Amino acid sequence: MKRFSFWHVVVFLAPAFLIYTVFSAYPLLDTLRQGFYTTSDTGHQSWIGIANYTKLLTDPQWSDGFWNAMKNNVKFFLIHMCIQNPIGLLLAALLSLKGVKGAKAYQTVLFLPTLLSVVIIGFIWQLILSPLWGVSESLMTHVGLGEHFAPWLGQEETALITLALISVWQFVGIPMMLIYASLIAIPEEIIEAAVVEGASPWRIFWTIRLPLILPTLGLVTILTFVGNFNAFDLIYSVKGAIAGPNFSTDILGTYFYRTFFGYQSQVGSPTMGAAVATTMFLIILAGVGVYTFLIQRKLQRHSF
Amino acid sequence: MTKNIGKLSATAFTQLVLALFTLISMFPIVLIIINAFKSRDGIFDNPMALPTSETFSLVGFHKVLDKSPFLHFFENSLIVTVGSLVLILLFAAMAAWALSEYKFKGSRWLAVYLAFGIMVPIRLGTVSILQLAVQFNLVNTLTILVLVYVAQGLPLAIMILSEFMQQIPKELKEAARCDGVGEFKIFFQIILPLIRPAVATVAVFTMVPIWNDLWFPLILAPGEETQTVTLGVQQFIGQYVTDWNAVLASLSLAVAPVLLMYIFASRQLIRGITAGAVK
Repeated sequence: MKRFSFWHVVVFLAPAFLIYTVFSAYPLLDTLRQGFYTTSDTGHQSWIGIANYTKLLTDPQWSDGFWNAMKNNVKFFLIHMCIQNPIGLLLAALLSLKGVKGAKAYQTVLFLPTLLSVVIIGFIWQLILSPLWGVSESLMTHVGLGEHFAPWLGQEETALITLALISVWQFVGIPMMLIYASLIAIPEEIIEAAVVEGASPWRIFWTIRLPLILPTLGLVTILTFVGNFNAFDLIYSVKGAIAGPNFSTDILGTYFYRTFFGYQSQVGSPTMGAAVATTMFLIILAGVGVYTFLIQRKLQRHSF
Repeated sequence: MTKNIGKLSATAFTQLVLALFTLISMFPIVLIIINAFKSRDGIFDNPMALPTSETFSLVGFHKVLDKSPFLHFFENSLIVTVGSLVLILLFAAMAAWALSEYKFKGSRWLAVYLAFGIMVPIRLGTVSILQLAVQFNLVNTLTILVLVYVAQGLPLAIMILSEFMQQIPKELKEAARCDGVGEFKIFFQIILPLIRPAVATVAVFTMVPIWNDLWFPLILAPGEETQTVTLGVQQFIGQYVTDWNAVLASLSLAVAPVLLMYIFASRQLIRGITAGAVK
């Protein structure tokens, strides 16, 4: 029955395997390795065990920045979970209703921002929120909220929330589309049966449709998690590598960048950078692990 | 009667919510584009107004094109995106075919190994990627960007294409084999044309993150010669931050290609997402 030779397999797989191994798998493993080394002033690397990690987690010179970035990153993620994904769910639920006029057009427009560069979106919102231009201020004045306007991106207490909301604005189309896709995949008969039984649309949504799309909500959660703990572009383009004011918008991505390349008086360090990257890797791995082993399994059990 | 009114108000509510969010997602982009075509006074006096014969001005675009090699940035982005895309699609289709068609020792492990990159962001290997680039003398070249993006795009592309390959009827391949057609010919002349719709979907998914990426151009190819649009705009605006005409024009120019692509490909793209996510 064997119609293919060893060489067929090699030729078909080699290009993908080689490029992926050299530029993705190897760098990742090598980064894990370098996290256990230190760089001397001459650039020579030597083994120091877990010293980088103890420094990162406990030495105030490093750990203050690290835990601050970590805390901000968690906040950044929670804002996405509490605002982006519920809005995505709401929009998907409305779009999937029968006979909504213009559903396709709404979808197309709502999804558009996700395709634009985060850098561009960051600049666009920076202009809109700028007190110099006054667009938001005059808009708010129109609806009688004028005195509540503040330079949100420049204030320590509000900058991170504002950036998170900009990101929510941009990416709400992704949960919307994924949830929409799983909602329209629910077999008609199930819904019709419920309608015949006299169930209200509201009840049908909460007791039939929502439980059926739980796997998709799990997927949306893990995608949000990975995306947020790996974010960088938005903070860097709006606030720069220093993630001001006073590091209030610093997240792991920008912290990693500064550790690796250095900033102001601090010299960059590849090995310390590798330690930060490894920590991010472990965080993401933990998230993905929880998702696959806990949520996936539980959902599969429920669906039978 | 009351039931009809309830239904009517539900429809009104749905339309209201959808229209509101659509407005919110359109407003910033439209605002930037209309103001890019205005004079400085027009931008500040009445930001919401469309350009009139008095306020219409292309000074921003002139400044951008004069002061920065914007067209060159476009060229770089285009080379990197198209180059990566072609290689990702070809290599991913080949790998997907080998993994779904040939059962050999370790094929399962290989599939898991290749799938690992779907969830783990390649950015986390940046320290070593930069060292590799230095070692191979590829810093500030478009080649290194293409190589990294191919490595980044392959895992998801292989997974999606594998699913499509599995749906190709067995009889088709067996018939060809009985006629003595070689494996390579089967792949390139029968299989590839069959999976064209899937390839198109994967293409759009893969293209967007590459075109928009800031991280790797910033780290691997920040030189003036090799800047992509995203990095170029980022640097340009940093430099001309107070020149509103130039800033607005550069943002509009950066948005334009994606908008154009979306106008032509949005149906295909949305269909791809809704069909792909069902699985």
